[in-house]
Amino acid sequence: MKFKLASSPHQHAKRNTGQVMRLVLYAMLPGIALQTWFFGWGTLFQILLAITTAVVTEAAILELRKKDFERAIQDYSAVLTGVLLAVSIPPFAPWWIIVIGTFFSVAVVKQLYGGLGFNLFNPAMAGYVMLLISFPVQMTQWLPPESLSQYPHNIWDAFYAILTGYTGTGFSISQLQTNIDGITMATPLDVVKTSLMQGSTYSETIGHSIFNSALNGVGLASMWVSLGYLAGGLYLIKQKVINWHIPVSMLAGLVVCALFMSLVDADIYPSVMFHLLNGSIIIGAFFIATDPVSASTTNKGRLVFGAAIGVWVYIIRTWGGYPDAIAFAVIIMNMAVPLIDYYTQPRTYGHTNRKRVNKPKS
Amino acid sequence: MNELKELTWQGLWKNNPALIQLLGLCPLLAVTQTLINGLGLGLATTLVLIGSNATVSIIRNWIPNEIRIPIFVMIIAAFVTIVQLLMNAYTFKLYQALGIFIPLIVTNCAIIGRAEAYASKNRLGNAAFDGLMMGLGFTLVLVLLGTMRELLGSGTLFDGANLLFGDWARVLTITVFETDSPFLLAILPPGAFLFMGLIIALKNVLDEHMERLFAAPKEQKVVQRARVTTES
Repeated sequence: MKFKLASSPHQHAKRNTGQVMRLVLYAMLPGIALQTWFFGWGTLFQILLAITTAVVTEAAILELRKKDFERAIQDYSAVLTGVLLAVSIPPFAPWWIIVIGTFFSVAVVKQLYGGLGFNLFNPAMAGYVMLLISFPVQMTQWLPPESLSQYPHNIWDAFYAILTGYTGTGFSISQLQTNIDGITMATPLDVVKTSLMQGSTYSETIGHSIFNSALNGVGLASMWVSLGYLAGGLYLIKQKVINWHIPVSMLAGLVVCALFMSLVDADIYPSVMFHLLNGSIIIGAFFIATDPVSASTTNKGRLVFGAAIGVWVYIIRTWGGYPDAIAFAVIIMNMAVPLIDYYTQPRTYGHTNRKRVNKPKS
Repeated sequence: MNELKELTWQGLWKNNPALIQLLGLCPLLAVTQTLINGLGLGLATTLVLIGSNATVSIIRNWIPNEIRIPIFVMIIAAFVTIVQLLMNAYTFKLYQALGIFIPLIVTNCAIIGRAEAYASKNRLGNAAFDGLMMGLGFTLVLVLLGTMRELLGSGTLFDGANLLFGDWARVLTITVFETDSPFLLAILPPGAFLFMGLIIALKNVLDEHMERLFAAPKEQKVVQRARVTTES
């Protein structure tokens, strides 16, 4: 008989942190490629800027803390934080947005709490929340998918727009935001939120040109990007880098809420597919909420953690002030992790009583 | 004299109400969007502290021990009302800017804490001086926090100085930089928490540094081992 000398949250795969982080980065590639295809080259420049800032910040702070920074850099955790933040922000946001955000993520959220493994909050999402509440204008300048854009933009336009705010041909970001009809575009979630607030019904709303008419309220570009990240996420589960518990329970939490509410009143509450394939729920479920440091560490706890994030996402998307909510939901549930872990401790080996009291059997 | 020196040191640095005791954080975090707001609330709190400490010290021998807390609170409330009416009369704009946080000085634990811990046990002069120093220590932190948040959040310094000092003070306002997209986090409450944490960390670092500089080198303890086994 084989005895495992391990209690709860230890991973059994023989990988070091660097390998895990690199696998996650590879798994993001399909999603990043599709995002670049639909929304322009901006994402790639943002990723480059984010990686540079993250590594420099991490090295500088580790040097200040008198730690071995070469080894810490090689674990790729700072790189991953930077990349996650870079794909979350609008692709044409000015360069200082991503620099400030990544610096905040790595320096304040991660290193000030004690470095990798000690951060209470997901660094990328805490950085995102900081940017969203500090610079709401720049953080909501989403471009329409390239096929719907009035002014096509190439790689140099992206480069100049990020550095100076204007493309090589002199268009501003807000001009780039206009679609072929000359109307400023927003994300699918934004469009629905705005027109529901103005009193339209959901079925009227999804006639908007950003939605694919065949897909009943799903933006084509958003769907492909989500599917790209879904493929990467499934690969991660197959490689046992992440467990299935958090993604599945998170999506289930959202689906149950969305299904129930859309059955109650389909005119006001968008459909399940709308919630699943628009916005960032897929990348959130597979890449962000599964952060091993700030998520719950027991299997039962992961189910609770994920489901609660799904419910929060639905609540904030439907009744909150912001169109999407992954960052807020993840941060909120990060705060609840110690409590969840406390109540879902697995049974200790040798104890049969659920209350973990060592009662003598008589 | 030595007592006064000790009180100064305790109030401004070693036992600073905001940095060490972490008392009165609610107004501290809520009003420090600008330097002047912080200074205004700091001065108001200092006045209340001096008044309440002095009064408590005078009547300390007649207060029945069982009901001392309600009595302290009433004394403090009386002084807060005085300060509030004064600000209402002379610095009306600042009074409006600080809003609910002036009456809330009553609930500032730093004040009742000093009444309980120091003023109710010491002479009038010392108690009043303790109030002054604790108040100044509190004001110092408010001003520092206000400076950091105003500088990062809106790129100015001494904005609204005319609210406190009268119209001539408009010239004091310094615009350090102008920006279309201010760092809103610094002005919002979470920013206050972050900067407060940074200030506390800075104080701890300074303390550690000073300790290392001024600490007398410890005498090396010499251990002499006695031989307990015999050679054989």
